[in-house]
Amino acid sequence: MQLTNRGKVVSNKEQSLAEKIYFPAIIKGMAITFSHLFKKRPTIMYPEVKRQYADVYRGQHVLKLDENGAERCTSCGMCAIACPAEAIIMESAERKKGEEHLYREEKYAKTYEINMLRCIFCGLCEEACPKEAIFLTDRIVDAEYERDTFIYGKDKLVEKIDKRIDVTKRQTPEVQEFKKLPGYKHNELYQKKLKK
Amino acid sequence: MKVTIDGIQIEVPKGTTILQAARMIGPEVAPPAMCYYSSLKTSGGYCRTCIVKVTQGSSANPSPIPKPVASCRTEVMDGMVVENNINAELLEARKGVVEFLLINHPLDCPVCDQAGECKLQDLGYGHGSAATRFEFKRREYEAIDIGDKIKLHMNRCILCYRCVKVAEQITDNRVHGVISRGDSSEISTYIENIIDNDFSGNVIDVCPVGALTDKTFRFKQRVWFTKPVDAHRNCDKCSGKTRVWLKGEEVVRVTARKDQWDEVEEFICNSCRYDYKKTSDWVIEGPSPIHRNSVISQNHYQHLNELKLQALKQQNALGFMPLDKKP
Repeated sequence: MQLTNRGKVVSNKEQSLAEKIYFPAIIKGMAITFSHLFKKRPTIMYPEVKRQYADVYRGQHVLKLDENGAERCTSCGMCAIACPAEAIIMESAERKKGEEHLYREEKYAKTYEINMLRCIFCGLCEEACPKEAIFLTDRIVDAEYERDTFIYGKDKLVEKIDKRIDVTKRQTPEVQEFKKLPGYKHNELYQKKLKK
Repeated sequence: MKVTIDGIQIEVPKGTTILQAARMIGPEVAPPAMCYYSSLKTSGGYCRTCIVKVTQGSSANPSPIPKPVASCRTEVMDGMVVENNINAELLEARKGVVEFLLINHPLDCPVCDQAGECKLQDLGYGHGSAATRFEFKRREYEAIDIGDKIKLHMNRCILCYRCVKVAEQITDNRVHGVISRGDSSEISTYIENIIDNDFSGNVIDVCPVGALTDKTFRFKQRVWFTKPVDAHRNCDKCSGKTRVWLKGEEVVRVTARKDQWDEVEEFICNSCRYDYKKTSDWVIEGPSPIHRNSVISQNHYQHLNELKLQALKQQNALGFMPLDKKP
């Protein structure tokens, strides 16, 4: 029974002399190979040369600090419940007196772990975060030799105070404008409170 | 007495309130209630979320009541016609009530331990809008310890008086109440007197918001990462029937069992609530019934069987046959 008409009938006919000596075919093949010497190279010499990423490329996560260097994350668990791969685990603790410069709010994440092998870099954690604490960046997760080193703790995720990670590219003018709506400006209100 | 609520007629005894009659019909017509608590006498009448529109006062006097009435405090009359969810004007009014309740609420749900089982959160999502219009300073208080087991966040309080009624009616001698008036009223333990009654922990369960929270559970877990199971133990003070919230094998919290209306079935004692935090202390009966739209049932997959049954029922109703039985 014939299902499609794309099938080719295999013939057992004898090769001609030109086919038998192979030279024309070899020359044809070499010509194709040789012509590539004069074409543009598709290889990018990573890491000396980096290709251009989209502004919203979703790579390794960062836990942001606020303007005063306090951690924004309040361990609310929204990222963990939003995560379809269940890659995020956290433990919370209560802020003590005198730690106000370290943590923004009453509660903070004592431990915060993302399993980079489980993570599918979908960006739902970033979307779920009510405190603008977690962002995905255009950095690439490093290769490791051991599986357990892929579990990134707070030491790798929280940005360093002297080495801030820029996420402004992710926050488009539309997003910034949206955040200025009166109901969504908890961050500004907090700033005012600090200044008082 | 015959009363019609949202077009559904029901026969109720004399002295029933509209709210109780609506609850007899079912959750689809029952108005939400933040301060009314069926097991606490004289509760209700403070929050105004249970307002309903009475379009016909009674069969004897069929004129409507001009203003929305608090259904928890209004008794039914014979032939009364009530509109709740079918009246758009009323829903708009209730949205206003919710907005007023949220005026002084700090909106710190990411920090609050009640998030996920908070009635105000549900109400806000159900009736309010996503943003607040309030731009002035909210009232602010320091969080206080009431005893060593209860934390009071006055910021979050909506002044429903439920905890005061518990202190009055369940526990022997009342040690806390509401002081001051109007905007500055606050829950007080008569200048931070410690509640040391055996049943004082129940104020945590009756609190519809996160104002009174369990200090032994403080910031341990978000409720939706824990799994509630019904459990019991032999207790000489209370019934010992509780709901135990597990994280893995660990008991992170013990609360009383709550019914369909989020009201405590049987009040439990403090030792059951705070002191028995091992799985071996409890006889576990099985998973607690949690509504499948609740965030608590998230990732617990308990409701899958229910979903399968529903799908089967639908298929049967439509006359589908299982694949293997097809002719």
